[in-house]
Amino acid sequence: MPGQSRFQRIAGTIGVYGAIACYVVFALLPIYWTIKISVTPQDLLYSEGIRLWPSRMTLANYASVLEATDFPRYFLNSIIVSVATAVIVTAVASFAGYALSRFRFRGKALVSLVLLLTQTFPLVMVIPPIYRIMGQLGLTDNLYGLIIIYTAFNIAFATFLMQSFLDGVPKDLEEAAMIDGCTRFEALRRVILPLTLPGMGATVAFVFTAAWSELLFGLMLINSESQKTFSVGLLTFVGKFAVDWGQMMAASVLALIPVCLFFLFLQRYLVTGLTAGAVKG
Amino acid sequence: MTAIAEDIGSLQRQADRRRFLEPWLYLSPALILIFTVLIVPLVIGISYSFRKFSAFRSEYVGLGQYRAMLSDTVLHGALVNTLWWTVASLALQFFFGLGLALLLNRPFIGQRIVQGLVFLPWAVPIFLTGLTWSWLFNPVIGPLPHVFHAIGLQAEPVTILADPATAMWGPIIANVWFGIPFFAITLLAARKSIPSELYEAAAIDGASPWQQFTKVTLPFLAPTIAITVMLRTVWIATFADLIYVMTAGGPAGSTNTIATYIYVSAFKSLDKGYASAIAVLLLVLLIAYALIVIQMRRALLRDA
Repeated sequence: MPGQSRFQRIAGTIGVYGAIACYVVFALLPIYWTIKISVTPQDLLYSEGIRLWPSRMTLANYASVLEATDFPRYFLNSIIVSVATAVIVTAVASFAGYALSRFRFRGKALVSLVLLLTQTFPLVMVIPPIYRIMGQLGLTDNLYGLIIIYTAFNIAFATFLMQSFLDGVPKDLEEAAMIDGCTRFEALRRVILPLTLPGMGATVAFVFTAAWSELLFGLMLINSESQKTFSVGLLTFVGKFAVDWGQMMAASVLALIPVCLFFLFLQRYLVTGLTAGAVKG
Repeated sequence: MTAIAEDIGSLQRQADRRRFLEPWLYLSPALILIFTVLIVPLVIGISYSFRKFSAFRSEYVGLGQYRAMLSDTVLHGALVNTLWWTVASLALQFFFGLGLALLLNRPFIGQRIVQGLVFLPWAVPIFLTGLTWSWLFNPVIGPLPHVFHAIGLQAEPVTILADPATAMWGPIIANVWFGIPFFAITLLAARKSIPSELYEAAAIDGASPWQQFTKVTLPFLAPTIAITVMLRTVWIATFADLIYVMTAGGPAGSTNTIATYIYVSAFKSLDKGYASAIAVLLLVLLIAYALIVIQMRRALLRDA
């Protein structure tokens, strides 16, 4: 830029990289620390004080978590619940987002408003009634119950997300396909869906993480050991064995792996997908 | 002739009906789920707020629960805490998120890797966010008390979560850590969709970087900012998990928000009626807030 001295430019560059470095350190510190404690041998935990990396490493914590606890079971339950929720929500929200993106109809503004207002519902308010209804349907202490609830709670945001992705796909494409003799549904399946795959990927990632994280409904609805999700299992584990730091952190790292992989893979679609539609309404 | 005309007429009506029904057909799975799993329980929840529950029975008490709220000092403390928790978390998340979005918008070496890493906290499950941060604040296994002690913030390396004066900062910092990526992702996407010609024109007119930011970037981001701030406010205000995991509302109620208070009084003291009445209060406040923001956003979009 003219009028800026060389010194200012260099200082600016250093400032930008310094700020970026601060963000990266802040983002990674908790994750790094969890990994560090998980590989620290029990006897070094207290004797070495606070250091960046232990002088000896061990994987014993991981071995005991995998062999001596129910975590593999919790892990599997969480995978089932999160994958099922993500797939169902994305399918349902794609249709709903399509309706909001492509049609003009009476009641559309009202539907959008209701969807938005569902975001204001305090979870804690609907937990007691849902607990009662699910109990009558025999869906408490059961993964299906969790899937239904997580699906309903994620639909509104996922619909907005899909709507904004679909807004980014030009209408001419499906109109051309329909003139060529496709029905609207065929046009949706053959033309629109392939183009919104990144958007759907982002929605799947978003819902998967949300379902993987959920705690309060899990705590309320699940009692038996065999149906616990990872969040519920880890929290009860913390309550019971609050002193075994190494095992707890090893279990935490195991819980982090699937979401982090999923997220690293899909996060760039999130930005490009959202840019295409630019969040508007 | 008339038969054909009638045929055409009925076909026309059939097509009209299809066109009228089609969007609702696509919307129906979403609406049915939301109605049965959210709206119906919500209405039942509101009806609970007019009843008093004891172990095996419940009775209708009219506005009794609402009257009890007026003299509940714990609730008043929780209201203040909720405001503080929401405003502090939201403001910090927003400013750091906006800063990150603007940083990531310019190309630099390693940009793609950095973007993946700084967005990572968003993928960390909330209960784990709470647990890891309380471990970081723990003087036995975590570094932070020692850092605070070394730079003179604390006289002794102890956890800030045990002191009523500082305890709320624990969940707030954890919440900021978790929430920065949400703002960064949405604002980065919105920033990328601003046409670059606008900046070129502004630069030709001699606008300084700060003027470009206030005259071009901010007005364009405003609608996105309004909607994301609204969603986040509501979400933070109703969000109990993080505080529940880190402090469970303690010590001495210093981190008790309305959401954690409802959670505790709904499931620990068995009085679903009182918990529901507080939840109705929260719901009314949030819906009023949401409607105001939506109106403001409409005004913004009209002016743009």
